[in-house]
Amino acid sequence: MSAVAEAPYVGREMRRKEDPRMITGRGRYIDDIAVPGTLWIAIVRSTEAHARIISIDKSAATGRNDVVAVLTGEDLAGDFAAPMAMVWSPPGVEIKTPEYWPVARGEVKHVGDPVAVVVGRDRYSVIDAAEHVVVEYEPKPVVVDPEKALEDGSPLVWEQFGTNRTHEWKVSGGDIDAALADADVVIEQRMVNHRTAGGAIETRGVLADPNGDKITLHSSTQIPHILRFVLSLLLGIDEDNLRVVAPDVGGGFGSKLQVYPEEVIAVALAKRLNRPVKWIETRSEAMMATHHGRDQIDYITLAANSDGTLTGCRARVVADLGAYQLLLTPFIPELGFPVMGGCYKIPAIDLTFEGVFTNKFCTDAIRGAGRPEATYWIELMMDKLADKLGMDPLELRRKNFIRKEEFPFTTALGITYDSGDYEGTLDRLLERLDLEAFRREQEELRARGIYRGVGFSTYVEVCGLAPSRAVGPQGVGLQAAFWESAMVRVHPSGSATVFTGASPHGQGHDTSFAQIAADRLGIDPQRIQVIHGDTDQGPWGWGTYGSRTISVGGEAVARAAIRVQDKAKEICAALLEAAPEDIELVDGKYRVRGSPDKFKTMAEISGAAHIPPQELPTDIEPGLEATAMYDPENFVFPFGAHACVVDVDAETGKVSVVRYIAVDDCGPPINPMLIDGQVHGGITHAIGQALYEQVVYDDEGQLVTGTFVDYAMPTAAELPSFETDRTVTPSPVNSLGVKGVGEAGTIAATPAVTAAVLDALAPLGVAWIDMPLTPRRVWEAISEAQNGGAQA
Amino acid sequence: MSTTVAVRLNVNGAVHELEVEPRLLLVHALRDHLGLTGTHVGCDTSNCGACTIHLDGKAVKSCTVLAVQADGVPITTIEGLAPEGGLHPVQEAFWNDHALQCGFCTPGMIMAATALLTENPNPTEQEVRHGLEGNLCRCTGYHNIVKAVLDAANVKSASLEQHPEVTA
Repeated sequence: MSAVAEAPYVGREMRRKEDPRMITGRGRYIDDIAVPGTLWIAIVRSTEAHARIISIDKSAATGRNDVVAVLTGEDLAGDFAAPMAMVWSPPGVEIKTPEYWPVARGEVKHVGDPVAVVVGRDRYSVIDAAEHVVVEYEPKPVVVDPEKALEDGSPLVWEQFGTNRTHEWKVSGGDIDAALADADVVIEQRMVNHRTAGGAIETRGVLADPNGDKITLHSSTQIPHILRFVLSLLLGIDEDNLRVVAPDVGGGFGSKLQVYPEEVIAVALAKRLNRPVKWIETRSEAMMATHHGRDQIDYITLAANSDGTLTGCRARVVADLGAYQLLLTPFIPELGFPVMGGCYKIPAIDLTFEGVFTNKFCTDAIRGAGRPEATYWIELMMDKLADKLGMDPLELRRKNFIRKEEFPFTTALGITYDSGDYEGTLDRLLERLDLEAFRREQEELRARGIYRGVGFSTYVEVCGLAPSRAVGPQGVGLQAAFWESAMVRVHPSGSATVFTGASPHGQGHDTSFAQIAADRLGIDPQRIQVIHGDTDQGPWGWGTYGSRTISVGGEAVARAAIRVQDKAKEICAALLEAAPEDIELVDGKYRVRGSPDKFKTMAEISGAAHIPPQELPTDIEPGLEATAMYDPENFVFPFGAHACVVDVDAETGKVSVVRYIAVDDCGPPINPMLIDGQVHGGITHAIGQALYEQVVYDDEGQLVTGTFVDYAMPTAAELPSFETDRTVTPSPVNSLGVKGVGEAGTIAATPAVTAAVLDALAPLGVAWIDMPLTPRRVWEAISEAQNGGAQA
Repeated sequence: MSTTVAVRLNVNGAVHELEVEPRLLLVHALRDHLGLTGTHVGCDTSNCGACTIHLDGKAVKSCTVLAVQADGVPITTIEGLAPEGGLHPVQEAFWNDHALQCGFCTPGMIMAATALLTENPNPTEQEVRHGLEGNLCRCTGYHNIVKAVLDAANVKSASLEQHPEVTA
């Protein structure tokens, strides 16, 4: 693409522009916004996992001081135009989708289902009043285990469907039957990738503020534009009368990529009562009513020749979707399919995904969303295959890697990987980890009863959602598109504002987008402000999730800024009596090529654009701004090689991560400091899943992990500092060459951690343990192996 | 609840006289009554530490203290950690080291870290990690937070005199 500044801001470790507010307590999150006259909302939630509502007695609550209204699902029936939305409609496949109303009508399907809404004048008094709403239930049979839910005679979550199976979706390429029949070695494994929570430290919250016919919804969301679009349909309010604002958002991790019942309820109540209404989720509510992630049981088969050449892979995935379908619920398990073959050449791949209803809350996107699960299968199966063949697991990987010169590479499933250098990241990793020395140390430690192990993950992931036609209605079947937008406006005195349709919640786009724009405008990034998260400001956009924002939203910024640069050159040329093609942007100056003393600054050019001098031709439109909408031609495929070293206490089963090395490749860095930060957080999220975290329901569907006391997220004390490194393989898909990195660590790390534990315990005969690798599970696996020989 | 009691809250050097419900949590008094919204709430069980403040110089989770219990006790919140327009060395280090992403846990993390450094001005990495285990962060993996606290420890003793906490 045409000229960027000679000493570019892109690539520099710049301190974030966002931070001065946040480190001084001046951030503005949802609960920090106060509107006079606001009424508070508390939700009465089901205590039953599955029941018919016999009666709701509101009288004791209604009469309390400060209570304005108590409303049930029946009371609110006229306030909602349509039930909650699910947007995946794959061609040729029916997905069972029950009517899901924001407040239950007649039956509840999981613990935490909204049963009634209390509105009042005070934060505390509405919670008091909610406890005085008396609901009488007739319990119905409950099912929580997805495989039992598929058995004949299982209790049904939705009787009208006659089954708990929501859908079956298949994708395949190559001749899997022949591959399995002809292979020298075929290995199989059942794996459980358990249910987890997003765990953003800020819970959800909404403030709906009516003004005349228009309602503004402030919501802690990742998707303000999608939210407005869907709310308009669910509430029958035209979009021009709805404004959605995402203020500072205290973490998302996919859990705020959703349209939730409480968002619909808040707008409906603001409209009904014509008063501002606010709801701030408690952590206990978040654990039961903010969507969960993962929760699948995977049956994986991997086939190879005796020399280690992979010949085929088959997977059957049983995905526990919970009680309802939310925005992307049934689609998330399938999102891993493009990278099911990992970074390996596998000529035949065959995948079947089954969704299942259970009496739990919905699953949906949580950091990685389908790709951590796919990476977990393939990486651990590679280790098992190496063990079976008596090969070194890294040599087995190298033998099957797609080679650098083979890109773009089209997989058996027809997915085209854009670029990669899988040997390069593995080589770099092994420069940092002396494996021979490690093996010697491991032997010495084992002799002293210390079980140390190393696990590897050479991952590839798919992100950059997305080519709209590939994933849209006639492609994969999402009733949506995934381009992104940017509007770049240079002000008369030479500072600039970038409006983006993306909506960050910690990623640092105020800084990285300013860096991208700065190089292309010739303006210092400190004089460029990035505006996001407000549907009344800037162009439509699809939001921030799926590691898409730099490669799609950032590219939109680059394109809009180049359009502004082109116009600035045209104006400059007119002012300097030169040809536009002779103007070059160097060190913030628009100068005549070959005559460096003849130049204009952006402030001079923008001044002339806004207040045109006589010499500026009248056919140049006034003003200096441009908009770009960018729909990529392909996904991008970041990759890397990770190694985890753990110590396992064989007496207690406790696992300690003692070293973690990550070599990632996401193309040319925009701000390397921000990339490292994303990798650190991503790895930690995965260590949390691998070792500590699990959302647990008991057999009656009661949520056992209802608070942060029971849901164990890692603290600083459980972790080492991380070692990070990078290689740089540009993507040909966008002009920046960038790929996403927000989920890379989470996608890479669960197999590395699990493999490290299995490596540590190999001398004790432990062949498999399902996550989370808690002391109890590890201890039990050791005991079982010692007493009963190696398990399957 | 109609019964209220008088409470004098001494926050960041200013005294506020409030009439509050006896059950009002200190964090809600700070946020909803005094408009000091830098102190955040992230859980209901005192696990996350987002609400950490200094009560009489010690790090305390303000969701676990009633406003009436803080009557007359010097309180410092994130807004008062450094003089207006300035930064405490720990705040500066958080900025330099990219020790925050979404920023929600950050005020509590900074208040916990400053109290830690007051008790132990030259901590080891492990002492920092254990000292912060009452504060959850989901974004950073703690790597850069630990780095920032260690970096701040190196400059803190020199500059602490220039950045005393604002207390009455």
